[in-house]
Amino acid sequence: MAHVFMSNVLKKNTNELQSAWAKELATAMPTGKGRISAREVEQQTTEFLNLLSAAIGHARNGDISGTEFKPIREFLEGLSRSRVQQGFTSDETATFIFSVKKPLFQAIRVEAGKNADVLADEIWLVTQLLDSLGLHTIKTYQKAREEIINRQQREMLELSTPVVKLWDGILALPMIGTLDSARTQVVMESLLQRVVETGSQIVILDITGVPTVDTLVAQHLLKTVTALRLMGADCIISGVRPQIAQTIVHLGVDLQGVTTKANLADALKLALKRTGSTLQA
Amino acid sequence: MERIPILRMGEFLLVTIQVDMQDQLALKLQDDLSNTILKRTTRGVLIDISALEMVDSFIGRMVSDISGIAKILGAETVLVGMQPAVAITLVELGLSLPGVATALDMERGMALLRRMIDGALEAHDTVVG
Repeated sequence: MAHVFMSNVLKKNTNELQSAWAKELATAMPTGKGRISAREVEQQTTEFLNLLSAAIGHARNGDISGTEFKPIREFLEGLSRSRVQQGFTSDETATFIFSVKKPLFQAIRVEAGKNADVLADEIWLVTQLLDSLGLHTIKTYQKAREEIINRQQREMLELSTPVVKLWDGILALPMIGTLDSARTQVVMESLLQRVVETGSQIVILDITGVPTVDTLVAQHLLKTVTALRLMGADCIISGVRPQIAQTIVHLGVDLQGVTTKANLADALKLALKRTGSTLQA
Repeated sequence: MERIPILRMGEFLLVTIQVDMQDQLALKLQDDLSNTILKRTTRGVLIDISALEMVDSFIGRMVSDISGIAKILGAETVLVGMQPAVAITLVELGLSLPGVATALDMERGMALLRRMIDGALEAHDTVVG
């Protein structure tokens, strides 16, 4: 009958619990001011207490995987996500749950009176439950963050590899940022795909935005050039800065068979000449 | 047994690979092609691999071999229509097919072949259409 006890405690003291909890939250999370309004906090605390009193009757050893806990789990997941977006840290998010302990324990103590057994049992039950809920909140918080990071990574990858059509039969790829294996793979695939789609015979790889060229980067560039050649397209590398030219020579990277130009303008001129077009000033 | 057709157009041979290449098939093609080149004057061979979606190192080497054999027999070879995935695979395998001329499609391949035969271009590893 222990769970009936908890349900009663929650139902009887809802208002007191809520105001005590709000005070706890205010002291524990002073930084929360401004990012989240007092009314919002009140709404969230009320909803949490309601959901908790609905679910607590089914609590077994802090296991919150049952269907009775589905509403409260979903509520916490939603809360975590919004906390992530509002810029709260993970401990601030967890504090939301853990700060209810003190007022709740206080209420249990009043209700249990002198019965130490009941008091100990109930406190243990509630602690287990709240810990599980807190952990669940953190888990969701982390997951939401990882999702954001992954999405941003994907977006950055797409942003950094635009394939531009400069002229009929001439594509340009302005590369920006450090080239690693994963990026080169994406660049190569999207570039080759565009070559097939547009039937372009010349591709200009502009490396003005590549900060450093080491042997690995050079190797990636050569791979791209070779793949393009295999498909029947010609490749010009442009935007080679003096520093990079020196590094390439010092490293002993063999760029033989690859046409290189100092800037995109020269590369375009050469490309136009090869396709048989001429520019008139 | 399956066989890859070799079509003659005057002094040119057209080879269109439209099935997944197996080793036996590749060897047979190599054999057939060298025989066909010798039957009548042949100055150019165009190999279309636009339908080829999978390659391994053996097929990659075979293509380069065919080009070498044709060259010895007096014919230039141009490889056309390689798919991006195939190109990436070959590069990752370390097969850059030096000495094999390539072009984006049949039309450009034919134009390149004519230019090569007219002596306007020497076949070397940077020749592309």
